[in-house]
Amino acid sequence: MAVPPVPPAQTGLIEVSDFHLAYDTLDGAMVAVSDADLVVRPGEFVSIIGPSGCGKSTLLNAVAGFLKPTAGRVTVDGEAVKGPSADRGMVFQQYSLFPWKTVRENVEFGLKMRGLGRSERAVAARTLLGLAGLSAFEDHYPDRLSGGMKQRVGIVRALATGPKVLLLDEPFGALDAQTRIIMQQILTNLWQRLGISVLFVTHDIDEAIFLSDRIYVMTARPGTIKAEVTVPLARPRDAALQLSPDFIQLRADLGALIREESLKAMGGELNEDALKGLAVNLNGSNLAQVV
Amino acid sequence: MQTAMAKTLVSPSAPLHLAGVEGRGAAVAAPGPILLRPERPEAPAAPAPDRSPLGRARRWVKLNAAAIRAILLGALSIGLFILAWHVLTSNRMILYVRFVNVPSPEQVLESARTAFSTGAFFDHIYISCRRIFLGFAIATLVAVPLGLLMGRFQLLKDFVFPVSEVLRPIPAIAWVPMSIMLWPTNEESIVFITFLGSFFPILINTLHGMANVDEVLVRAARCLGASERATFREVYFPAVLPQIFTGLTVGMGVAWVSLIAAEMISGQFGIGYFTWEAYSLVQYPDIALGMITIGVLGLASSFLIRLLGRAVTPWSRAK
Repeated sequence: MAVPPVPPAQTGLIEVSDFHLAYDTLDGAMVAVSDADLVVRPGEFVSIIGPSGCGKSTLLNAVAGFLKPTAGRVTVDGEAVKGPSADRGMVFQQYSLFPWKTVRENVEFGLKMRGLGRSERAVAARTLLGLAGLSAFEDHYPDRLSGGMKQRVGIVRALATGPKVLLLDEPFGALDAQTRIIMQQILTNLWQRLGISVLFVTHDIDEAIFLSDRIYVMTARPGTIKAEVTVPLARPRDAALQLSPDFIQLRADLGALIREESLKAMGGELNEDALKGLAVNLNGSNLAQVV
Repeated sequence: MQTAMAKTLVSPSAPLHLAGVEGRGAAVAAPGPILLRPERPEAPAAPAPDRSPLGRARRWVKLNAAAIRAILLGALSIGLFILAWHVLTSNRMILYVRFVNVPSPEQVLESARTAFSTGAFFDHIYISCRRIFLGFAIATLVAVPLGLLMGRFQLLKDFVFPVSEVLRPIPAIAWVPMSIMLWPTNEESIVFITFLGSFFPILINTLHGMANVDEVLVRAARCLGASERATFREVYFPAVLPQIFTGLTVGMGVAWVSLIAAEMISGQFGIGYFTWEAYSLVQYPDIALGMITIGVLGLASSFLIRLLGRAVTPWSRAK
């Protein structure tokens, strides 16, 4: 299906600058994120990748308004983020659909909070559910949906209020590989039609490359931005892109960057040599004998 | 003969194609790693189901076999219980436990007939039910909102919870003397005892439910623009509803325990009073009649609550 051109987005500029976030503990402050800067321009699709525990979700939650930075600024369109708002739609890894609401009631939720009437809500929700291929399930409770369906509901629910930016926290992490690829295409499609800014957190390198205009790579805790990568791949992108040399090269480069950090995140004892079994001195005997 | 073609190998350089398609088999010279099976011929249509009433009835029995077996076993178990009761009492057996004065099922049935023909027995039932309803309803109206608020606002919980924990272990029956002193009328003190019995299970379950509300759902609501009040109404309350109904079911059970105790000690009416009075007046069959009535009323009220619970939480029924 040809995607009609959308006028370039005017809003949805996310700016995070000098971001610090630390928790108080008995042993003093525990720094989660330190000195992070990032920008998402209007209409841009930007991902954050990094090893687990690096604070990428922390950054996203700060943009959503759930966390306050210890120091630094988080603004959307120049306005400081003070708390959660319907201007910033969010999609969670755990789907987070309201189990007591049907699929359509879930999608209508944001519009209901805005005070829209019953019939207006229903019209908007049905349109969005149609885009996500879920028309037949509007009266189902979320319990009865598959993971991919639940997350499609999660995405259109976040889009229903017409947010300036969409924030996604490892939204496809719980899905199987095949479903994930299809979900990525659906998300790309929705993003192109709506022309809004997206900030996407993932630990899946392929996913980040396939979806993004730019990628921020984070270091192990205390997390900060280690690299900013522009994805040189044209759109529209399809699944075959993953076989192109550019894609493969980028994946290798990003993989190397993140591997370093993942090893750090897993504790200082692991390094490349240890993984190959060279660093452990077994006094000449082999491992089977020792164990 | 299609099976013979089925294991044709497809060369990786050649475009994939279906083995068994006419004229293609020969083209597959170099074997590749991908092995396509031919499309299966369409499966023969399943025989049309027997739609006659008999066929439907047969399928219904088959589909509901477990439920039917449970009902039959239940009936059998109750039947055996009554039979044992009959044998023990009509023979006035003494097996350390003495069944000499215990009324037989026949005697109880006879006294039930007499009781049902007079209005007094139903007055007792009515009065007990009214006390249960009042005490239980007030407990629900106080404990549910209190539990919701305590679950939401830690300060309130820290303030109220200690008192509640100190009072909670006191059995409702221990409140009887105090209650008689507290309330101007006997009726009020009995309703108060019933209230106390159901109050704590409802409060504690509501609190537990609040502690288990998925924080992500609250976050989801907040970034869809929900205010504090809307979050309460749209997220916390429905999330806790199943647990509230657990509390209501337990609370209803304890309410009956408390009510009967209170009626036996201080009442002038009610089914507990009826049972105790039967003992004082040596109307032994009426003791059993009172007990059975209490059991049936307790069962019926729990059933009603469960029914209501299912009606207001339709999502937990959907599988």
